[in-house]
Amino acid sequence: MHDRTETIRLLTVEGARLEHDDYPLDPSPAELRGLYRDMALVRRLDQEAFTLQRQGELALWAPLEGQEAAQIGAGRALDAADHVFPCFREHGVAWCRGVDPVDLLKMYRGSTHGGWRPEEHGFHLYSVVLGPSVLHATGYAMGMELDGAAGAVLSFFGDGASSQGDVHEACVFAASYQAPIVFFCQNNQWAISTPVARQSRTPLSWRARGYGFPGVQVDGNDVLAVLAVTRRALDRARAGGGPTLIEAVTYRMAPHATSDDPTRYRPPAEVDLWRERDPLERMRRHLLAIDAADDTYFDEVAAAAADTAERLREDLRALTPPDPLSIFEHVYAEEHPDLAAQRAEYAAYLDSFDTVK
Amino acid sequence: MTRLSMVAALNLALRHTLHDDPRLILLGEDIGRHGGVFRVTDGLQKDFGDNRVLDTPLAESGIVGTAIGLALRGFRPVVEIQFDGFVYPAANQIISQLAKLRARAEGRLHLPLTIRIPYGGGIGAIEHHSESPEVYFAHTAGLRVVTPANPHDAYWMLRQAMASDDPVLFFEPKRRYWDKDEIDEAGTDLTLHQARIARPGEDLTLAAYGPMVRVCLDAASAAAPERSIEVLDLRSISPVDFDTLERSVAKTRRLIVTHEAPVRYGPGAELAAEIAERCFYQLHAPVLRVGAPHTPYPPARVEQHYLPDLDRILDAVDASFTH
Repeated sequence: MHDRTETIRLLTVEGARLEHDDYPLDPSPAELRGLYRDMALVRRLDQEAFTLQRQGELALWAPLEGQEAAQIGAGRALDAADHVFPCFREHGVAWCRGVDPVDLLKMYRGSTHGGWRPEEHGFHLYSVVLGPSVLHATGYAMGMELDGAAGAVLSFFGDGASSQGDVHEACVFAASYQAPIVFFCQNNQWAISTPVARQSRTPLSWRARGYGFPGVQVDGNDVLAVLAVTRRALDRARAGGGPTLIEAVTYRMAPHATSDDPTRYRPPAEVDLWRERDPLERMRRHLLAIDAADDTYFDEVAAAAADTAERLREDLRALTPPDPLSIFEHVYAEEHPDLAAQRAEYAAYLDSFDTVK
Repeated sequence: MTRLSMVAALNLALRHTLHDDPRLILLGEDIGRHGGVFRVTDGLQKDFGDNRVLDTPLAESGIVGTAIGLALRGFRPVVEIQFDGFVYPAANQIISQLAKLRARAEGRLHLPLTIRIPYGGGIGAIEHHSESPEVYFAHTAGLRVVTPANPHDAYWMLRQAMASDDPVLFFEPKRRYWDKDEIDEAGTDLTLHQARIARPGEDLTLAAYGPMVRVCLDAASAAAPERSIEVLDLRSISPVDFDTLERSVAKTRRLIVTHEAPVRYGPGAELAAEIAERCFYQLHAPVLRVGAPHTPYPPARVEQHYLPDLDRILDAVDASFTH
């Protein structure tokens, strides 16, 4: 039994670099700036989406504020041949995979349940029910192994979903078949109002040992550590080493979703504590400390973020509602006479409004 | 023509498709070395390898969930659920994921999964080994639900199910597993969802599927020559071939639907409602249903009182003719 858990960290809260023998990382200044820029842009997109929900443009939004380092670090560790199976809050990973942000918002608007082409981005559809997608990820990884494919699978879930039976079964299957998969658990401390202590009496990363593969706990607000840890786990999976569980310890600064009121269940002091560990501020301090960026650079990033948000707003407002008869499309791949009859009947009903007048 | 049991016919269908389609992959508990608890997959792992026929951990949600992942990767998985009563741990994967993923993805994803489920009672089994859960899945859009009643249909319907780009729940009537009959490997006249007139008749239509078709044929024989009963083997529960059923009832003007599943909200309710709409002025009697009571499946020593049998069907026939 473990009696302690090392939390991998490559950047202090003050922005100073730490070295770790198992996780060497030597990013160029441009790479460091890129990571900061990614985090800043997705934070701005997230804020914009939150506002759009308040304006009635979205039915709901699940904010990512606080989890930018976990998602950008993991997302930038991926190769083109890799595949991601998200839950529903992985907007930062979607950004890294080139998914148009408006496609994410379409789902939260109620224009579609999906919205993007999973194979095109190696980024599969959001799964609102938590747990099942971790098994899909495992099956996909088993298939990649059978195909002799080059990549690996990165499967996201949270501390809440870690209690789901499907996550357990996924770990069993992945270990059994030595599938090329990395389980990435964002432990953001809260499953709506339920603290992680209700899900587990031990660090979640410890669970990996029971399945027979490595479990690593990483500072989820340290983008460099997340990048290094995820990269190593993906390399291991691609090389035939089997699964790894990564527990990224982070914090959900915002409500669970726009319908949630976190003041009902968590103390403001806890939020304040985590605000001091803010992933963007940590990276900004680091960039300044090593002279990799100056105020001009940060102004440019802020301007780019504002542009991105404005385009998102415009694209969203330009969306038209789905065609009524679209509900009958894509239910089946092949002919289904019953559904065809129901579609025809409803089409005739809609037409009747034009002819009656 | 070859004379085979239903188990052997199913095995042959799997064997032929494994041979023809390199993306076909089988997953299930004890299906490899053991050949399956009913021996439906006997010898397949030996002949096609453990990369094509996978013995899985004992976890139904895991089996269906990973099969969905394999389908997303471009495989065509065929899953075996060991017994009817074991499918519920996988219900979330089947109902919330498998059935909906294609619509969720606006048609960008294909889910060509076949889920084989031995079902039904009458074999003296212990609890959870005799159930008829087909209606749960028939109620879910995005799935296809079929069940053969004889070895020829078992062979061809399984081949058609595996060829479909949609998820198909393939219910195998386990008390007919050992029935032997001719199968014609040259071809079949019917598509996957067409109903079949198993015995032509003039006075009353008995509609059934899976294990109850033979019971209905026996009832029709017992009722003859006094009554000429047409037996309709539905074969598909979702979608139902209502047109063939309607033609039969328009001719006989009487309909009895039988199944092992409970009557309340059972398939018979849907058939009765649709036929009442289509044939209201042709019917001489209300549509009657013969099925199980609203109880859990009972212990095997009293299951004969739960399962519809020849006498209960003939009683219903008499009841229909009182109108």
